[in-house]
Amino acid sequence: MGQGETLVTALVETVDVAKAYGDFVALDGLSLSVSEGELVSIVGPNGAGKTTLVNVLTGLLRPTRGIVRFKGDDIAGIGPVRLAERGMARAFQLVHIFPALTVAETIGVAVVSQSGKGLRLFRSVRRDAHVMQRVRGVAAIFGLEGKLDTQARLLSQGEKKLLDIASAFALAPDVILLDEPTSGVSSADKHGIMRTLIEAAHRAGVKAIILVEHDMDLVAEYSSRIVALQAGKVLADRPPAAFFSDPALIAAVVGKMPVKAAKAA
Amino acid sequence: MRIAAVIAALAALAVLPQLISPYYVTLVLPAFAYGIALLGFNLLFGYTGLLSFGHALFVAVGAYSAAVLTAKLGVKSLEAIMLVSALAAVLVAIPVGLLSVRYVRIFFGILTLAFGMLFHSFLFKFYNLTGGDTGLRVLRPSLFGFAFPNLDKTSFLVGPFYYYCLGLLAVMGLVMWRVVGSPFGLQLTAIRENRRKAEYLGVRARLFCMIAFAISAFYCAIGGVILAVNTGQADPDLAYWTHSGELVFMTVLGGFAHFFGPLVGAFAYVFLKSQLMSVTEYWRFVMGAILVVIVVVLPRGLIGIAHDAWAKVKRS
Repeated sequence: MGQGETLVTALVETVDVAKAYGDFVALDGLSLSVSEGELVSIVGPNGAGKTTLVNVLTGLLRPTRGIVRFKGDDIAGIGPVRLAERGMARAFQLVHIFPALTVAETIGVAVVSQSGKGLRLFRSVRRDAHVMQRVRGVAAIFGLEGKLDTQARLLSQGEKKLLDIASAFALAPDVILLDEPTSGVSSADKHGIMRTLIEAAHRAGVKAIILVEHDMDLVAEYSSRIVALQAGKVLADRPPAAFFSDPALIAAVVGKMPVKAAKAA
Repeated sequence: MRIAAVIAALAALAVLPQLISPYYVTLVLPAFAYGIALLGFNLLFGYTGLLSFGHALFVAVGAYSAAVLTAKLGVKSLEAIMLVSALAAVLVAIPVGLLSVRYVRIFFGILTLAFGMLFHSFLFKFYNLTGGDTGLRVLRPSLFGFAFPNLDKTSFLVGPFYYYCLGLLAVMGLVMWRVVGSPFGLQLTAIRENRRKAEYLGVRARLFCMIAFAISAFYCAIGGVILAVNTGQADPDLAYWTHSGELVFMTVLGGFAHFFGPLVGAFAYVFLKSQLMSVTEYWRFVMGAILVVIVVVLPRGLIGIAHDAWAKVKRS
């Protein structure tokens, strides 16, 4: 069984996925796979289908055609809740936080749902030593341990971003999908956030990261593989060195060379 | 500090019947009833962010169940009446909730409003079953098996029934306090703050909203039983949409963002309404003006004022 091999190695896989909104074709026969140990960046100009792909990969949208698998199971359109239960987490491009909840509460939401304690109606969550220990542990990874009782709306933009991602990590996922994790963050902080993320992924036992990113410096620095989309199709699927040595390809994706890659070339 | 304030409030309510006339004591009884109902209502509104304009439906289910149980089926035990009425309300809440919690904001509000009006017209039209516009009588129940045969109606209400309701409010308040502090309560607030994000964190939003809806119906029905026993009557006006509006008013008046806000709102509303009604026939107009002031100037309600005042005292 030739397909069996890919099932074992690929954590996330799409086969010939298409998604159309009426006449508009957002994804057009797209196949990709992400294996354990990889950080796969998905790049492409606006309208290339990145957001639709993310929504298909996270079970939010059911593709018009094709297969979406996570750990070998069909996840097409299963929805965010069951996807979280199976071990895929998502952090959003625009900061998604719970403004009135504290840092501890925000991370706690993920911890209680992940540990199957969500339906406890009469026991105090604050006095649950196991939950609180896990909350403090996750907060510490992201440098938020000093702000456990601060409301999310009072955090700086960068801290909000970290909290959003921290809550996704608190699910102890196998795969985490990061949709422009550094958008809206000053360029000085970008590398700091990325390094925190990758370090956290290691410590949390995350097996693979899917990164949707515009910033080619980050893509060049941290990816193990780059998938470029154009008009809903895979334009290229290469390791960073091969990707950035092809000026025509870079031009198609961003229109210019990234600073770092240009220096290296 | 919070525990001390709660104990002080309970103690004050316990000695109240010795200090004021029976008329004012009977005013406190509906405040107990609304207090219990609003504890449930605010789990949905304040904690889950779902504003229902139809929860008088469940208050009415409680009241009519009490009427049927006492007057038609001869059930006297108030404990049994409350349990059966509250479970009846949960049974009604399941189909209503299943349809309503798929929606949020105004769509949820309108849908609950529609169900409330549907039930009101049911009470009106099915005369044989519901007594139509006259409603149904509710007989005096026994409390823990005691019927108090030698007490007249008022003595029963301002005596044993008053303390029964005070104890009930305390117990149901304590249970709700546990619920909002539980993992379940935390997830409800996450749904309120950002439903999509909550779902990506594994929160089963629709199921949890449904459970919160059922709990709110349970509490509203208990409140309805107390109201009906107090007046001796289950009236279709209980299910009318303006009554649902009153539940919202009380909650906003007291402050929906705080656990104790709805309780403060229930007492303030009942007292305010009776005072205004004795002063002017335009009491609804004054109430409306108060609501406008609260929403515009004091969105955190009366409990917000108390909070700020206490913070000032602590600082100075």
